[in-house]
Amino acid sequence: MDLIRDLAVQGAQMLLVLLLAPLLLGFTRKVKARMLRRRGPPILQPYRDLLRLIRKEAVLAENASWLFRSAPYMIFAATWVAAALVPTFATGLTFSWTADLIAITALIGSSRFFLALVGMDVGTSFGGIGSSREMMFASLAEPAMIMIAFTVALVAGSTQLSVVANYMLTHASLRVSLGLALVALVIVAIAENARIPVDNPATHLELTMVHEAMVLEYSGRHLAVIELAAALKLLLYVSLIGCIFAPWGLAQAGGGLAGYCVGVATYLGKLAVGGFLLVLLETSIAKMRVFRVPNFLGIALMLGLLGTLLLFMSRSF
Amino acid sequence: MPVAVALWGIAALLATAVLAAAIHRSSVAGRLIYLICLAASLAILGVAGVELLVARSPAPPTLWLPVGLPWIGAHFRIDALSAFFLVVINLGGAAASLFAVGYGMHEKAPGRVLPFYPAFLGAMNLVLLADDAFTFLVAWEFMSLTSWALVMAHHHDPENRRAGYIYIMMASFGTLALLLAFGLLAGDGGGYTFAQMRGAAPALPGLVLLLVLVGAGSKAGLVPLHVWLPLAHPAAPSHVSALMSGVMTKVAIYGFVRVVFDLLAAPQWWWSIVVLAVGSITAVLGVLSALMQRDLKRLLAYSTIENVGIVFIGLGLALAFKSNGFAAAAALALTAALLHAFNHCLFKSLLFFGAGAVLSSTGERDIEKLGGLIKTMPQTAFLFLGGCLAISALPPLNGFVSEWLVFQAVLISPELPQWGLKLMIPAVGAMLALGAALSAACFVRAFGIAFLGRPRSPIAATAHETDRVSLAAMLALLALCLVAGILPGLLIDALAPVVQAHVGARMPMQSALPWQSIVPIAESRSSYNGLLVFAFITLSTLLTIEIIHRFASRSVRRAPAWDCGYPDASPATQYTADSFAQPIRRVFGPIAFLAREHVDMPPPGDRRPARLTVALHDLAWERIYAPVGSSIDFASEKLNHLQFLTIRKYLSLVFVALVALLLVLSIWT
Repeated sequence: MDLIRDLAVQGAQMLLVLLLAPLLLGFTRKVKARMLRRRGPPILQPYRDLLRLIRKEAVLAENASWLFRSAPYMIFAATWVAAALVPTFATGLTFSWTADLIAITALIGSSRFFLALVGMDVGTSFGGIGSSREMMFASLAEPAMIMIAFTVALVAGSTQLSVVANYMLTHASLRVSLGLALVALVIVAIAENARIPVDNPATHLELTMVHEAMVLEYSGRHLAVIELAAALKLLLYVSLIGCIFAPWGLAQAGGGLAGYCVGVATYLGKLAVGGFLLVLLETSIAKMRVFRVPNFLGIALMLGLLGTLLLFMSRSF
Repeated sequence: MPVAVALWGIAALLATAVLAAAIHRSSVAGRLIYLICLAASLAILGVAGVELLVARSPAPPTLWLPVGLPWIGAHFRIDALSAFFLVVINLGGAAASLFAVGYGMHEKAPGRVLPFYPAFLGAMNLVLLADDAFTFLVAWEFMSLTSWALVMAHHHDPENRRAGYIYIMMASFGTLALLLAFGLLAGDGGGYTFAQMRGAAPALPGLVLLLVLVGAGSKAGLVPLHVWLPLAHPAAPSHVSALMSGVMTKVAIYGFVRVVFDLLAAPQWWWSIVVLAVGSITAVLGVLSALMQRDLKRLLAYSTIENVGIVFIGLGLALAFKSNGFAAAAALALTAALLHAFNHCLFKSLLFFGAGAVLSSTGERDIEKLGGLIKTMPQTAFLFLGGCLAISALPPLNGFVSEWLVFQAVLISPELPQWGLKLMIPAVGAMLALGAALSAACFVRAFGIAFLGRPRSPIAATAHETDRVSLAAMLALLALCLVAGILPGLLIDALAPVVQAHVGARMPMQSALPWQSIVPIAESRSSYNGLLVFAFITLSTLLTIEIIHRFASRSVRRAPAWDCGYPDASPATQYTADSFAQPIRRVFGPIAFLAREHVDMPPPGDRRPARLTVALHDLAWERIYAPVGSSIDFASEKLNHLQFLTIRKYLSLVFVALVALLLVLSIWT
């Protein structure tokens, strides 16, 4: 009986992230438009876009290979599994021990690997430029993420996100190293999700585009799956920041239905706050030149390294 | 007795070498020789596997043969460490032999490969069996010489001759360092068996470590002793490249572990600083250099350097823990290092086979001239992609597991008391993470340029799929990569006797854990389950495909590429390998290679083309090897005059030397 309930909660988490991801995207778009004094599309527009894309025929480039057709599913699956393993509304889910923060980072790396490959599949110059820049960003963002994982793990004594969240709940205190890790994680999240100032999610036909350049040749159902994966990735990072740095309201294992309801409600609140802060940042900052981004990500890497180094010096930082 | 069986296997390999020299002209010779090698490798693999997994004899017997030096003879033994490395080497050897059954048909000069190939396999096995310094060094040198002969197989190419020359110089230098190390270990008593060395306390253990680091490290490709590796490994035929990169570097790692963890009993903490520094520089510099290469096989050789760096990071951590008496942590780090050596053997062999298949089908190693091979060689492309995923440390394949274990070892190192290590290990962790991320970029580039896109040359457009046997060898390795990735607990348990013997503890029993997850210390600290990650990814992929195919439009239309409305007719407008690496070169190049970009833009009205020149410097070569080489040249030119003196001058020279020596002697005592 317990097993069935645990499996149901785990399944609910997988469904929840899937359902909420486009909503978060719609919400950020709406808020952004309002801040720019535009009316903006309805919050539910991303769902409509996905449905529309799914119903359309897929146009494939003449020389697209089997990898081009199958990669979207792998990109999506890796991102979905990673997103499902981050505690969103409850800790200690049945499969939470399957992968720790380092493995989640690597899962995102897997999906990026395929994304960068398909950018090069058709053999256009735009796709190549996108893949090349994406891998350059990743070559700094991924080590930064690992160093953040180190910092958090040394504070909480674990790389398991559930344990980390519980530790942060019970031993909440202001720490220098955690502050460094938070700033670094925000920088990594912005870069990984191709948001301003690193990349512009709302642009095409611009030489500096990165993410959009890789998926330029996609259409129809394939594009829908990739867009959903991108939305899931944004949700994943907001949930990650929420569960490490704002773990309040997370339902404990065996917390009962009421606990889960509180968990879901606070999770929605966290997503809204996270999305709002993201938009606030995006509207108040200009996009960087592409070769400024390594410096920006280098800051994240150095902050993560500094956090780890401080904790190696003394556990009290 | 397993040692005897293994020695018979080696004898069979050496006999095959003689046979190959006799019959290499016959048309079936290649197939026959490689099949015998396959059988011999599998036999030794079986013996070593049984010894490692089942027999686990606590005090393995030493076999003494009356060959070699008089009164000393030759000692052979299989303990847990050699059994593990025998498994690695014969697994790689068996795969390479199977691949060669198909690939060897394309060889233009079989007479220069067939006799040396079995001898090379036999020599590597002999190194692992040796139980005294003399046998070890003879086998080591035999391994160097046979592999040198294989590097020189295509000696008509002047580049290969240069590679062979540099290789033989570095190999001799490495053996010299090992010889001195064993001399120090044997001490005054001259106990040349490993059993005697274990008991004795050498005079200068730190110097032994440095000498072994130079000796074994030059064979493994540690920076700055790596310069020969990216020249020599690609020069050999591809199945031999796979053996050299995937397997021979493991023999070097074995040599290091044998001396430092087995023969030198009590490590000191500063040793780990040296090993960690060398390992992390090797890891990052190796992968950065790999990113700059256009030659597919040279790229793979540089990536070998990176992976050797990762193994040495693990070994350095194990040394740090061992010297401080943290046995459990040392077990974790040593397991991670050995597991990575095993994993690297699998995926690097696979990738070299893929490069060999591309080479035999197109005759081209320059990825700038390839492209679109995923359509002409679909099966090779799939298998090569699997290898790329594994080496880029992506779950659920095997490369991730061993890197994850190294990260876990880094995470327990704040316990170490020394400040030097405390300051250093976070940086090592960052270098390791940087190496992992860069290697993903490197293999996106390698696969994307060579296999994806449009063909950049006619030869790439007309490539054909390689033969079935070669594909079977690659498939077997990819399957092993997947199994090692999803069931790592079994491998960790198999490593337990090795680790137990050399650091005094083992990792917790993994295979008893539910769902085959791996837990290095405690589940509340960290755990990873490759099986479930694989199951989840597979299930969610299938589920997505099912849902999409049920509810989405299934119509597909083929149309010209969109490319933002600027379709470009020529494949030359695609992104090239160099342009793919350009952003990373701009970020890391100025530090790692003193990279300079120079744009030559003609003034308006001038009709000559604009040019972008990129200058990369190989610092190890320019700052270390070139000065040493030129000073040797200088000295030998000066000394050359001594050859042309008169008898009188020679006599006075002898007299002056005698007086000088007597003077020194009188002052000394």
